[in-house]
Amino acid sequence: MLPLLGGVIPDNGPRDYLPVFLLLIVAAAVAASQLLISWLLGPKTKPNPVKDSPYECGIEPTGEAHTRFSVKFYLVAVLFILFDIEIVFLYPWAVHFGGGVEDGVVFATRGALVRFLFAEMLVFLLILFLGWYWVVKKKALDWEEA
Amino acid sequence: MTYVLGKLLHIVIVAGAALPGLAAVLVWAERRVSAFIQDRLGPNRVGPAGLLQPIADLLKFIFKEDVIPGHVNKTLYVLAPAMSLVPALVAFCVVPYARGMAIADVNVGILLVFAISSIAVYGVSIGGWAGNSKYSLLGGVRASAQMISYELALGASCVPVFLVVGELNMEAIVAWQKANGWLVFYLFPAWIIFLVSSYAETNRLPFDLPEAETELVAGYHTEYSSMKFALFFLAEYIHMITASALSVTLFFGGYELPWVTLPGGAWGTVLSGLVFFGKISFFLFLFIWVRWTLPRFRYDQLMNLGWKILFPASLVVVLATAGWIAMVTP
Repeated sequence: MLPLLGGVIPDNGPRDYLPVFLLLIVAAAVAASQLLISWLLGPKTKPNPVKDSPYECGIEPTGEAHTRFSVKFYLVAVLFILFDIEIVFLYPWAVHFGGGVEDGVVFATRGALVRFLFAEMLVFLLILFLGWYWVVKKKALDWEEA
Repeated sequence: MTYVLGKLLHIVIVAGAALPGLAAVLVWAERRVSAFIQDRLGPNRVGPAGLLQPIADLLKFIFKEDVIPGHVNKTLYVLAPAMSLVPALVAFCVVPYARGMAIADVNVGILLVFAISSIAVYGVSIGGWAGNSKYSLLGGVRASAQMISYELALGASCVPVFLVVGELNMEAIVAWQKANGWLVFYLFPAWIIFLVSSYAETNRLPFDLPEAETELVAGYHTEYSSMKFALFFLAEYIHMITASALSVTLFFGGYELPWVTLPGGAWGTVLSGLVFFGKISFFLFLFIWVRWTLPRFRYDQLMNLGWKILFPASLVVVLATAGWIAMVTP
């Protein structure tokens, strides 16, 4: 480990996340400085109506740009929130499954614990599959007719 | 205090120089490789083999006029490129790119990557909205729907890794693979799902619908120019680097080699960094290779693939892996 770059053994506390915050600040500085540089060094010309109009392949722009778009996009966002939470539920389960932290519950063998955890997740995922199947049958994910 | 200063130096080197530098080289490599695939030469005039081309491009970006068109929402228009670049840089924080050299070695590891990289969708969708143009808006909503859809499969395809290793920490996953062999040999289907989803997450062909130039001009960054456009571009390439780094770390042994044990100390760190660089170079090449091999998907095909094939398939892989472990554990 190179001491110059400040490597230390992590202590699994909030201190571990300090570099993430530092990185956030540095990344924001990188982005801001690049925007600033081109603003400072680029040429300045007067705005004109052609330059200020939205690009529509050289034809005069028609109507509002913020038009209505398909409700399917909202539907996908709502479904995403639902299913993403289910996916996040898998993470702690997976870590316990492989890592074998037996929180006080006594099982005869490690295999018995793992098989119990598997059966529980099987039930959970079957319910999840039912929900997913319903969404598909409702044609919530079909884009052809939208 | 020395710890903070040392970390800060480390971060400035990685986020201020190494990642943007690698992204710049990647832009050059993409143009050269695509040229060779199409049987032409590509940029070869600036510097040896055109290697200084990215610097020339950068100078050009800097000295172009910083246009803020009259029709845009000014605050969001300026903010969006930064909001796109910052998560791209921060998402790299937990990747161990050489032995003991992750910026932040936290025990939630990959969960942090997903948490941060999912913020990247805001940069793209806000950019599309702020542009106040029809193409931008369509590109923005397409991009946000696509990125969140494939996040499901991406998130679920990593779960088999945690099932086998029992840790979210990246160093622990690398150590497990050093002892037991690369995870791709155990979890090949999971890796395929991960790879396809990561292409969709980075908006790369065959899933570059948000900027499909034949229908949307340039998608969400149609109204952007000069350095602001460059920031979107840079963010996309840094996302590619992070996606390759995750693929290498989770499935291909990270910075370690099979059979050969790298020496300890500073030399080991340097060598492991080179091993890691070699591995991600292959995946970055794959990104470019796929781009010039596969045609673009249609939008409904893209959504069908994500929701009806990859998402259930990833859950089946999770169940299969768990069942396999449940069977073999005594």
